[in-house]
Amino acid sequence: MEDVPTRSLRQERPHLPQTRQRASQDGRSTLQNASTRPRSLLATSDLSLSDISSILHAASLLEKENPHQRAKRLATRRLALLFYESSTRTRTSFELAAKGLGADTTLVSALSSSIEKGESLKDTGLTLRALGAECIILRHPSSGAPYLLERVTGLPVLNAGDGMHAHPSQALLDLRTILHRLKPEDAGAPVDAGTLAGITVLITGDILHSRVARSNARLLPRLGARVIFCGPEALLPESAAGMNTGISIERDFTRAMRHAQVVMMLRIQKERLAGLELDLDRYIANYQLNAMRLREHAPRALVMHPGPMIRGLEITSDVADGPQSAIEEQVRHGLAIRTALILRALGELPEVAAA
Amino acid sequence: MSHRTLIRNGRLIDPANPTAHSDAPRDLLIEDGRIAAVGPHLSAADAEIIDAANLVVTPGLVDIHVHLREPGQAYKETIASGAAAAAAGGFTSVAAMPNTVPVNDTPEITRWIQAPERRAQVRVYPIAAATLGSMGESLADYEALCDAGAIAVSDDGKPILGDETMRAVLRAAAAVGLPVIQHAEDTRMTGGCSMNAGALAFRLGLRGMPVEAEAGIVARDIALLRELDDDRAHLHVAHLSTRKALDHVRVARKSGLHVTCEVTPHHFVLTEEAIGEFDTHAKMNPPLRAREDRDAMIEGLLDGTIDCIATDHAPHAAHEKEQEFERAPNGITGLETSLGLSLSVLYREHRMPLHKVFALLSTRPAAVLGLGGGTLAIGASADLLLLSPDTERPFRARESRSLSRNTPFDGWSLPGAVHLTLHAGRIVYGKLPLTGVQHGQQR
Repeated sequence: MEDVPTRSLRQERPHLPQTRQRASQDGRSTLQNASTRPRSLLATSDLSLSDISSILHAASLLEKENPHQRAKRLATRRLALLFYESSTRTRTSFELAAKGLGADTTLVSALSSSIEKGESLKDTGLTLRALGAECIILRHPSSGAPYLLERVTGLPVLNAGDGMHAHPSQALLDLRTILHRLKPEDAGAPVDAGTLAGITVLITGDILHSRVARSNARLLPRLGARVIFCGPEALLPESAAGMNTGISIERDFTRAMRHAQVVMMLRIQKERLAGLELDLDRYIANYQLNAMRLREHAPRALVMHPGPMIRGLEITSDVADGPQSAIEEQVRHGLAIRTALILRALGELPEVAAA
Repeated sequence: MSHRTLIRNGRLIDPANPTAHSDAPRDLLIEDGRIAAVGPHLSAADAEIIDAANLVVTPGLVDIHVHLREPGQAYKETIASGAAAAAAGGFTSVAAMPNTVPVNDTPEITRWIQAPERRAQVRVYPIAAATLGSMGESLADYEALCDAGAIAVSDDGKPILGDETMRAVLRAAAAVGLPVIQHAEDTRMTGGCSMNAGALAFRLGLRGMPVEAEAGIVARDIALLRELDDDRAHLHVAHLSTRKALDHVRVARKSGLHVTCEVTPHHFVLTEEAIGEFDTHAKMNPPLRAREDRDAMIEGLLDGTIDCIATDHAPHAAHEKEQEFERAPNGITGLETSLGLSLSVLYREHRMPLHKVFALLSTRPAAVLGLGGGTLAIGASADLLLLSPDTERPFRARESRSLSRNTPFDGWSLPGAVHLTLHAGRIVYGKLPLTGVQHGQQR
């Protein structure tokens, strides 16, 4: 049965006007309208399984497309990148994705704009809209900021990371990475609730503050994966398991590794450990992914990291650069995914043939 | 010549005296702003007639927790506009919290708030600050504030956090007979938090306030009250929101301590799920809680542990609420939705008798703070509400009398349409046509 997107929490306000564009309740009408309506992506819960299939299919198609062809798709169209936080990977890949499609892009970053003078998110968004931006790609330190931006501008918004809440394009590129490495035979097929059956993804690190952890926890169980969160209590509260079905918490890293086909490491900030009074050396002893641990407990697992890495802290160089690591591929998949997301945002996704 | 108004053929419900009046139509005569007579077929020479057929006539409501924003933040609300919103909601008395700009910690500001120049159409009682500037350090002058008209002290918006300070506040307030109203929040546990702690906060990537942040302070305050051992001392817990804190109050009351508490309509109607997609109209302090706490609030109202309903009416400008969730200020308006929400949940869903619902909204809050009101006794000020408890109307934020529109209830269909509100015998809100003046006729 077609999975439905997990809608946020509107049970008590059914009478309120639905101002958001939303994924349709059933997969069928989504397929019919897939290529013509402009669409935000604020959280992976916005996407039905058939939306996800369309995006993955488009990513592959666009990746292989002749660059000159691809550069005609969004010629003269205008996109704005609005980044309140610094970023290497996400910003550059969104920017290159947009340029690869032929779009005109502009980057507004907090430090070099009137945001420094206290201009509101709303006014910044309206200004970009007035300048002809048809879509805004937003990274912001406050959870929920993309929802506000979408509401006040009426433009499709691509969430490039909002506070601790979500990083949906990251979860999609992580999914693509897992599929290409672990299920290459299913490449090109639409995904369903069983696509990742039998796959356990272990996510370790500062989960409390991680939007990457949350987005993967939202997305992967919908395709049948198990997700294990691992870390000390201060970085991983018990309430995290309540995020979705298929999520469990494990405090022992090596024990958790034995069950995992994917070992995803998250960045640890030294200052944060200090602030939480966690001993750095003890953390490394218990939770660092190093070559010996990997060899002993998960010798065939895929190693992933959203970046940026702190080599020598959560992950050692030999593992990061080793044969099990898909870290660089993740970045490549990111470009393909974001190309598809931009086209989808502008309602220009290539037609999907019915599965 | 005295001014007379005759309210005719209404169904009188006096929550202070529930069995006093039958359901049959009754008349109520107002003379010079006071209730002069009640009974069937009253006649009065030269009286204005108000036809209350098919309407309930009950005392005007009393809200002991509102933020009127003056002095200093008149762009959100003025005393006049807040009073107008109160009247539209059926309220004839409100108690105004002191977290204005500057904070109401002097007799001058306390008097300023009550001055006729503020053009308040309903009775406004000032609550003065417990500490200077509500900084939680030195106590304000309670005797002077009391003389100036303050009816309680509070640092609302913030807790009185220090043990020594709270001890001193309770002692000094008891000496002048003023209740202490505590905003119970252990701010050492709630830094950077914008909603209730739990699985939803984790999912939304927002920091959450644990229930212990409220319950811990309530327990501490009760312990200080017990230690003080002064019959005159009175602790009132503002905007209670958790089962744990309610349980502390229940136990304390059983042991004879003078502890009272209030709950807002949003805390017995909504849960944290109302936040939905980061809707700042569901952001307040204390935050909307999980289902089991919301349900505990309803239980507390039904079993009488919660003394009264108070709105914590907190107007904010549109541009302030239209910000990132973490940045938006806390609070929603409440004066024009309290009656409807209370009737909807307590009367309709839980079959609480009307007189008990009205008591929670008038007689009991008045009693908690020792105010007049909430009664239809002869001689009482003619503060009255005429309503149709069973008539539903959609609440439209854009028609609100408040200057602010920050409410999650826009469009909600609510029972208890207010037809007329009278304060001291004067109509302060109403769409009921007068049917003319009666000249010396017998009926």
